[in-house]
Amino acid sequence: MATGTDPDVVLKVRGLHTRFRTDGGEIPAVDGVDLTIRSGRTLCVVGESGCGKSVTARSILQLVEPPGRVTGGQVLLHPGASSGTDPAGGRGAAAAPPPTEPLDLAALDPKGRDIRRVRGRDVSMIFQEPMASLSLVHRVGNQIGEAIRVHNPVGKKEARRIAVRLLGRVGIPNPDRLVDAYPFQLSGGMRQRVMIAMALSCEPRLLIADEPTTALDVTTQAQILDLLAGLQRDRGMAIMFITHDMGVVAEIADDVAVMYLGKVVERGGVDEVFHAPKHPYTRALLESVPRMGGTRRERLPAIRGSVPDPGDRPGGCVFGDRCDSFMPGLCDTVEPPIVEAGGSRVRCLLYGGAQKDPAAPRVGAAGRADPDTRPRKEAADVDAD
Amino acid sequence: MGLNLPQRRRPAATGEPGAVPANADRGAESQWRLIGRRFRRHRLAVCSLVIVCLMALVGVFAEFVAPTSTGEYSAEHTHAPPQRLHFIDTSGDGVDPGFYVHGYDSTRNQETLAREYTVDESEKIELGFFVEGTPYRMWGVIPAGTHLFGTTDPDERVYLLGADRNGRDMLSRIVYGTRVSLSIGLVGVALSFVLGVVLGGVSGYFGGRLDTGIQRVIEFTMSIPTIPLWMGLSAAVPREWGPLTTYFAITLILSLIGWTDLARVVRGRFLSLREEDFVTAARLDGCSRSRIIRRHMLPSFTSHIVASLTLAVPMMILAESALSFLGLGLQPPVVSWGVLMQEAQNIHSIAGAPWTLLPGVAVTVAVLVLNFVGDGIRDSADPYQ
Amino acid sequence: MRALVIRRLLYMVPTLFAISLVAFLIIQLPPGNFLTTYIADLAARGQSVDQSQIRALEERYGLNDPLAVQYFRWIGGILLNGDFGQSFLYQRDVSSLIWDRIGISVALAVATILLSWLLAFPIGVYSAVRQHSPGDYAFTFIGFVGLATPNFMLALLCVWIAFAYFGESMGGIISPEYADSAWNLGKVLDVVSNLWVPVLIIGTAGTAALIRVLRANLLDELRKPYVTTARAKGLPEWRVLLKYPVRMSLSPFISTVGWVLPTIVGGEVMVSIVLSLDTTGPLLMQALQNQDMYLAGAFILVLGALTLVGTLLSDLLLAWWDPRIRHAQAEEA
Repeated sequence: MATGTDPDVVLKVRGLHTRFRTDGGEIPAVDGVDLTIRSGRTLCVVGESGCGKSVTARSILQLVEPPGRVTGGQVLLHPGASSGTDPAGGRGAAAAPPPTEPLDLAALDPKGRDIRRVRGRDVSMIFQEPMASLSLVHRVGNQIGEAIRVHNPVGKKEARRIAVRLLGRVGIPNPDRLVDAYPFQLSGGMRQRVMIAMALSCEPRLLIADEPTTALDVTTQAQILDLLAGLQRDRGMAIMFITHDMGVVAEIADDVAVMYLGKVVERGGVDEVFHAPKHPYTRALLESVPRMGGTRRERLPAIRGSVPDPGDRPGGCVFGDRCDSFMPGLCDTVEPPIVEAGGSRVRCLLYGGAQKDPAAPRVGAAGRADPDTRPRKEAADVDAD
Repeated sequence: MGLNLPQRRRPAATGEPGAVPANADRGAESQWRLIGRRFRRHRLAVCSLVIVCLMALVGVFAEFVAPTSTGEYSAEHTHAPPQRLHFIDTSGDGVDPGFYVHGYDSTRNQETLAREYTVDESEKIELGFFVEGTPYRMWGVIPAGTHLFGTTDPDERVYLLGADRNGRDMLSRIVYGTRVSLSIGLVGVALSFVLGVVLGGVSGYFGGRLDTGIQRVIEFTMSIPTIPLWMGLSAAVPREWGPLTTYFAITLILSLIGWTDLARVVRGRFLSLREEDFVTAARLDGCSRSRIIRRHMLPSFTSHIVASLTLAVPMMILAESALSFLGLGLQPPVVSWGVLMQEAQNIHSIAGAPWTLLPGVAVTVAVLVLNFVGDGIRDSADPYQ
Repeated sequence: MRALVIRRLLYMVPTLFAISLVAFLIIQLPPGNFLTTYIADLAARGQSVDQSQIRALEERYGLNDPLAVQYFRWIGGILLNGDFGQSFLYQRDVSSLIWDRIGISVALAVATILLSWLLAFPIGVYSAVRQHSPGDYAFTFIGFVGLATPNFMLALLCVWIAFAYFGESMGGIISPEYADSAWNLGKVLDVVSNLWVPVLIIGTAGTAALIRVLRANLLDELRKPYVTTARAKGLPEWRVLLKYPVRMSLSPFISTVGWVLPTIVGGEVMVSIVLSLDTTGPLLMQALQNQDMYLAGAFILVLGALTLVGTLLSDLLLAWWDPRIRHAQAEEA
C-alpha cells in the first residue's frame, strides 16, 4: 500500500473545504474532499451538476471566484522528479531546483506569486466551453505564446515557434497558418485543441480537465478523449477529469471519485466502482445510465428527488432523503465516516462506522455489472492515505 | 457513449453551487412577484420609488399642496429670500410650540435698485395646516380653497423657498411645475412607447428588408445631434398656439426623437426571442403569428420594456427642461421646471436670488430617483444577470 | 479594411441627404419666413412697407418658388460653391459667419470626448474591479448625479460660483485681447485655458454614462471563463485584467462614442448659450428665433454632418480594435 512518500503521487487533496458567502450565510460547496492523483493515471470526478466537482478542481489552483474561497484542508503538490526533457523545448533551465517537501497550495495567497508559479507550469487546466474560455480578440498564437512566456524566458519568436509545434501536436491541421487565427474562426473541437495545446505548453505534471467535452458533439468528444489519452501516454502526466458523463468515465478513467453535495461519497479504481458500486448513490447513478440491449419498454430508473440546497443540507448522511437504503434513526443522525469496503472507500453507514450494527447491504444493483462497458485499464489499488 | 445524467435546470451552465438554487415553491410564483421580490432587495431603488410616488402625489394634487397659486404676485416681495420655518416659539417667556415664520423688513438699495431684505424677528406670521387660502378649482373642475398648509391670515404671505422677480412664491410654482414636468415625461414616453414598440417589434419580428429600413431610420435619428434638432423643431411651433396645443406639440417632438432607444431594445429582444426554443415550439404547434407575439413573446420581455420606459421618463424630463429653459419649449404662463429656470438665465438674478435655481434642483432630484427606480427594475427584471 | 471604409463612406451619402432634407424642412416648417417677420417688425414700428421692395426681396431669395426648387438651389450652392446662402439677419454670407464658430465647437467636442475617456477609463476599471468598495459607491453616486443634472444647470451653477466667489463673470472662449487677432500660439493657449470649464460641464453627463457602461461591461467580462483561463496560466492579476477583460470591455466603450457625440454636440449648444461662448450655440439659437433660415439650416446641416463623420470614425476605430467586428464586416462586404 502506498504511503505519503509514494513517488507516483502528484497531488493529494486532504479535507478540502470551499465555501461561498451569500446573503443567506456561508454555503459549503466543497465539504471535506480527499483525493489522490498519480502520475500517468486519470482520476475521474463524477457527480450531478452542483455537486461541487468543478469547485473542487478550481480550488486546487485557488481559482475559485469570490464570494467563494478555500477555507480549509490541504492541497499538497508533491515535488516532481527532475523534469524530463522537454519535447517542446520550452522548459529549459528556467525550472527551479525541485523542492523536496510537498507544497500546500491551499495555504498560498490566491493572488500571490507562489501560486502563480504553479498555475500553468506544474498544474494546468482546461475548461468546459472552449469558445468562452479563449479570448476572442487575441490570436491563438498570442494566447499560447503567452502561456509559454510566463514561465519560460523565451522571446516572442521562439514562443511562436513552440506554439506552432504544440498546435501540430494536438492535431491542428496547418498550424503555421492557424497560429494567426482568431478563436472565433475555429470550430468547437479545434478550440478545445487550442486550449489543450495551451495547457500543455509548460509540460505540466497534472492536467485538470473540467468537463472538456461536454460542449462538444459526440464525434469531436471522442477525438478529444483520444488526444488526451495519447498525450498522457507520451508524457506520463496525471489527469484529473471532471465529468457527469458515465460513458466518458468508462472510457478513460483509472480511478473514480463520486461526489455528492460537496463530499466524495465513494472512490476507488474504476473496476471496483463500476462493477461493485458500494454507495447507494453510485449504484443509482450507474442504473440511470441507459444501456444498449436493455429491454425496450423498460423505464429508465431515475434518482428520486433532487439535490438539496447546499445551504440547507440534511443532517446525517447528505444523500439520506433520496436513498433507497435509508435507515431511519441512523442515517439522519450520524454523519457517515469514510470506511474501506471491497477496495473502495465509501461514506455510507451500510458499511460500518455507526454504533448500531449496520444491516447487511441490501443488494440493489451492486452485483449487476455493466456488460457493455469497454475494456478497462488496470484497476488500481486504492490509496490508503 | 452513455447519456448524460438528468440535470436540474440551472441558469449557469456550469451550475456552480454559488448560485442560490431555487426552492421548489419559488418556481410557481408569477414573474411579477419574483421581480417584486428582487426589487425590494434594492434599498436605494425602493427609497427612490417612495420619492417618485410622493412627487407624483404632489403633481396630482398640486392645487392643494401649493400654499398659493402660481400667478399671485406681490411687488413688495420681488426676490424675497426663503424664510426659515420655526416650530418652537422662544419669543415669549418660555419655550412654546409654534408654527410660524418671521416677516421681512425690506429696503430698496439706491444704487442697484434691488430690494434688500432683513428678517424682522418681531413679526410673526402664523402658519397652519388645512387653512383656507387662495380659492382654486381642483383639476380645473372642483372649486375649493383649502391648502395643505399656509398662512392662517389670508392677507399674509409665506415664502419658504423664496420669491421670483415678481414676488411669486417659488414653492407653489415648483409644486405646479411638478405636474407639468412629470406629466410631459409620462405622456412623451407613452408616445415613444407606441412608436418604439410597434416599429421595433415589426423590425425585430419580421426582419428582412423591413428591418433594414427601420434600422436605417433609427440610426439616422440617433446620429443627429439631439438638441439642435429639438431646437429646430420646437422653434417651428407657432407662438400663437395655446398652452395645451404647445404642450402636446412639444411632447410629440420629444417623443419623435426618444422612440429610437426603445425600438432598439424591443428589436433586440424580439430577435433573440425569435430564436428561442419555446417560440419555435409554439410555431410548430401551429400558433398564429399574433398569438405567438401576444402569448409567448410579449410576456417574456414586458419587464424589460417597463425598465426601459422608466429610464426614458427622466430623459424626457431633462429634454423638456432644456427646451423650456431656452424659451423654445413650453411658454409662460404654463409652469414647468424648465420654464421656471428661465428666471435664472441672467447672472444678476442668480447672484441676487440663488433660489431661482431651485427648480433645477427639482429636475435633478426627479431624474436621479427615476433613474434609480429604472435601474432597480432593470436589475430585478433579468434573473440571469 | 479599405473595403470597409469605402462601404461606410457610401452609407453616409443617403444619411447626409436625409440630414440635409431635415435641416431644410426645419427651416421651412415655421409658418411664414424671415420676410414676414421682417415686415411684421416694420409694421409694428409704424413704418410702411413698400410692396415693390418686398417683391424684390422675394425675387432675390426665391421665396415664391416651389419647395423642391428652393431645396435644390440651396443644397446645390453648398455642394458646388460651398455657398450656404445669405443670412437675413446679418446681411452677410452664411459661410463667413459659421466656420469660426464651428471650429471652436469641434474643438470643444473633441476636447470633451478626450477628457471623458481619460476620466471614465480609470474610474470605470476601478469601480468594476473594486466592486462594492467605498470608492465604487462614491463614483457610482457621483455618476448618477452627473447624469441627472441638466448641463445648463451645471453651467448656471458655475456662473454663479464664479460670480459670487471670484467676482468675475465667465467669459467667452477667446479673451478680448485676442478677439480680432489671427490664430497664433498665444491665441491657441488662451483658448485652451478658457476651454476647460465648459469642457468639464459638457463632459459630465457623457463621462458619467461612459463610466457606467464600462463598469457594467467589465463586471460582465470579469466573470467570463476566459479570465479564469488567463489566471490558470499563471499570469499576474493586473496583466490578466488589462490584457483580457478590460480589452474586451473597451469595445462597447469605443462604440459609445457614436451616441455620446450627438449628446455632446447638443450639450455644447446648451452650455454655450448659458455661458455665451462664441460657438455655434448662441448663433443657432438666435437664427432659429429670427427664422434666419439659411443660417440655422447651415448650422444644423454642418453639425449633423460632422456628427456623422465622428460616428464613422468611432466605427472604424472599433473595427480596428475588435477583430470580431472587423471580420464580420469584411465578410459582409
